[in-house]
Amino acid sequence: MSDAAPDAADRAAPEKIRCDACPVMCYIAPGQTGACDRYANAAGRIVRTDPVVMLSHALTGGQRIVPFAAADWDGETVPPDTFVTGIGSGTTYPDYKPAPFIVSSQVAGADMVTVVTEAIFSYCGVKVKIDTDRFLGPEGAVVRVQGEPVGHVTTAEYGSQMLSLGGVHHLTGGSKPEGRITCAAMLSLCNGEAVEMEIEGGARVVVQAGQPPIVDGRPERRMRVGCGSATIGMFAAQWRGLVDEVVVVDDHITGVVSEHQAGKVLGWEPTGIKIKGHRSTPGRYFRVSEPGLGWGGTRLTDPLEILGDWQEKKGARPGLTLLMVSTTGEDHAFYVLDAALKPVQQPLPEALRDTVALIDENCEPSLCTVLFVGGAGGSLRAGVAKNPVRLTRSVQGGVTRLTSGGAECFVWPGGGITFMVDVLDLPKGAFGYVPTPALVAPLEFTLPRADYLAMGGHEAAIRSLDRAVAEGGEYPTAARLESWPLR
Amino acid sequence: MSGAVAALLPDGRLHLQHGPIDIVAQGFGPDDALRAAHARAAARFATVLDELVAELPMLRSEMGLVSGKIARRMVLAVLPYRPAFLTPMAAVAGAVAEEVLKTLAGPGITRAYVNNGGDIALHLGPDESLTCALAVTGGLERVTVAASDPVRGIATSGWRGRSFSLGIADAVTVLARSAAMADAAATMIANAVDLPDHRGIRRRPAQEMQADSDLGARAVTVDVPALSPADRAAALRAGLAAAEGFRARGLIEAAALFLQGESVATGGGLLAARSEAREHV
Repeated sequence: MSDAAPDAADRAAPEKIRCDACPVMCYIAPGQTGACDRYANAAGRIVRTDPVVMLSHALTGGQRIVPFAAADWDGETVPPDTFVTGIGSGTTYPDYKPAPFIVSSQVAGADMVTVVTEAIFSYCGVKVKIDTDRFLGPEGAVVRVQGEPVGHVTTAEYGSQMLSLGGVHHLTGGSKPEGRITCAAMLSLCNGEAVEMEIEGGARVVVQAGQPPIVDGRPERRMRVGCGSATIGMFAAQWRGLVDEVVVVDDHITGVVSEHQAGKVLGWEPTGIKIKGHRSTPGRYFRVSEPGLGWGGTRLTDPLEILGDWQEKKGARPGLTLLMVSTTGEDHAFYVLDAALKPVQQPLPEALRDTVALIDENCEPSLCTVLFVGGAGGSLRAGVAKNPVRLTRSVQGGVTRLTSGGAECFVWPGGGITFMVDVLDLPKGAFGYVPTPALVAPLEFTLPRADYLAMGGHEAAIRSLDRAVAEGGEYPTAARLESWPLR
Repeated sequence: MSGAVAALLPDGRLHLQHGPIDIVAQGFGPDDALRAAHARAAARFATVLDELVAELPMLRSEMGLVSGKIARRMVLAVLPYRPAFLTPMAAVAGAVAEEVLKTLAGPGITRAYVNNGGDIALHLGPDESLTCALAVTGGLERVTVAASDPVRGIATSGWRGRSFSLGIADAVTVLARSAAMADAAATMIANAVDLPDHRGIRRRPAQEMQADSDLGARAVTVDVPALSPADRAAALRAGLAAAEGFRARGLIEAAALFLQGESVATGGGLLAARSEAREHV
């Protein structure tokens, strides 16, 4: 390299990035691949141009991939359940060419065919479920990443906040930066990376699949056990005899044990408590506060704000004890009424501490979950069969099994092949992108050989698993065995 | 960062992969011996890439001041070609194949091969032989190497392969006494199959293709147009002259050069093997 031109090196230097996929640590310039040909610099980002990933359930036990530190390599063979995924299989263009891998392998005695391809989805999006009671933003509010609109807050069906991101309008219907950032944000989310987003009129949230959300800089810990009313229902019996009144503060339904059906059943005495809220049914109150980042997803930092004057006629008395707790148990306070029937905060008695801990324990860890939603278009289906609509019908009819990177998909009923898949079920880094902008996701159709041929499948392109391993696809040259992702 | 991976392919061959290294190896012998051989090979392979990376800057230069076992083998393989430009990286695949082969060969293993992306190291017990199928332009060729032959390494180079070439050969396959020697020689001969003044051949500085390339700014072949019979013959002649020179010096045992459907060869052993192959195919 004595006469290597320093000019050329310098020119390329600013955009080169270091690949840390293996110890070689190649510097890779845009459009180039590293020494392995498996990783490339695509517009300033290291992406895989990887060999096809083969998944095997048996690998999860660790029998298949030998940790080199361990000297006890037992030399077992590759399990027969090896499944070729679409990851790294590449795509073909034009569309009528057979998909890169059409693999025949014996599955439960049947001569099965797996058509393996990577699909380019310009019509795709992600649905994000964020387990938090905190107010993230009003329904319909725009979600922005780096200032660009990438989606919106959608309807909340239960205690989690739902975001709908991506989709064709943000990807290709808006400005160029909007499409680029939407694509990049979705790619990051789908590959399990963290994305910071800002919700108009709401919170700043860091979302990462399988990780707790970070709301306005504060990581969430627990998903509430249920609404305030449900919490009362669950734990009323445990409070009985330890405290005179319990209020579970919740943005949705705040519960009061002495008035609640659950308390009544246990013979709970009236306490003369007065909740400033909208009473639904006995012991259940809507809108005790505005949504916010305080107690139980309300704006409350002092829960006493929701209480009116205590009424002696209805049972209030000096010395009456009160527990106020949020639906996660994270916020709690213990009060005793003084002579003027004003609550005075006292340390939480040991016995009640356990009941608060019980609420906390019954809350599930707060997580972000990311589902990729895409539609397999006609052109992709043409790579699978000469008569694409038959593939659609076969998938709809349950004859053809659709998987994405080996992961089970939920296929929406109705027209077309629209599916959803939990991105954590795919091997890491399974998603890619093209500058269109659109995401590239692996997709496999598995069906009995006879059915495949009946729908006009590309018979000449069917290869045995061994041959597919030996020959590779049209572009990739190797296969890699991997364990199924652990959940 | 991913570590080295070892797995058995369904047919019992051993697959070793780490970063850019992708090896398929096979030993022949009783099951117990094979299991032990796989364990040895896997254990040895675990550190191979790290050892090379530790000396990578030197291996990418012509200096060749290295201390690692594989690195030294690489340097020795390219030394005979000085003062022509050839960095030790030209022998990396073959040298790694040899190293893994040394661990695979052991008690009870009658014969074995380690195929590192087309660069193959062979182990042959007494009276044993191995037949390798070479995928070349227009079909398969088979080469049988017997224990009595001096050949223990087979390597292929060409501009269509994964490594860059300064020449235009589709493939040059070399049989030599070791895989590292075959690897280096294949690179040199493939470089020599060339038409330096042909305008239709597209070349680009290696750095523009791969920033870290040991070839630096040297122009590597990125496209070769359909050549006239005269051009093909001239390019193959140039390559054959180099190959015969290397053979005369004992650097290789045989070589076959392929360019757009035509081929030439040097070395009686390989020629015989090829004609034998025709009968089988």
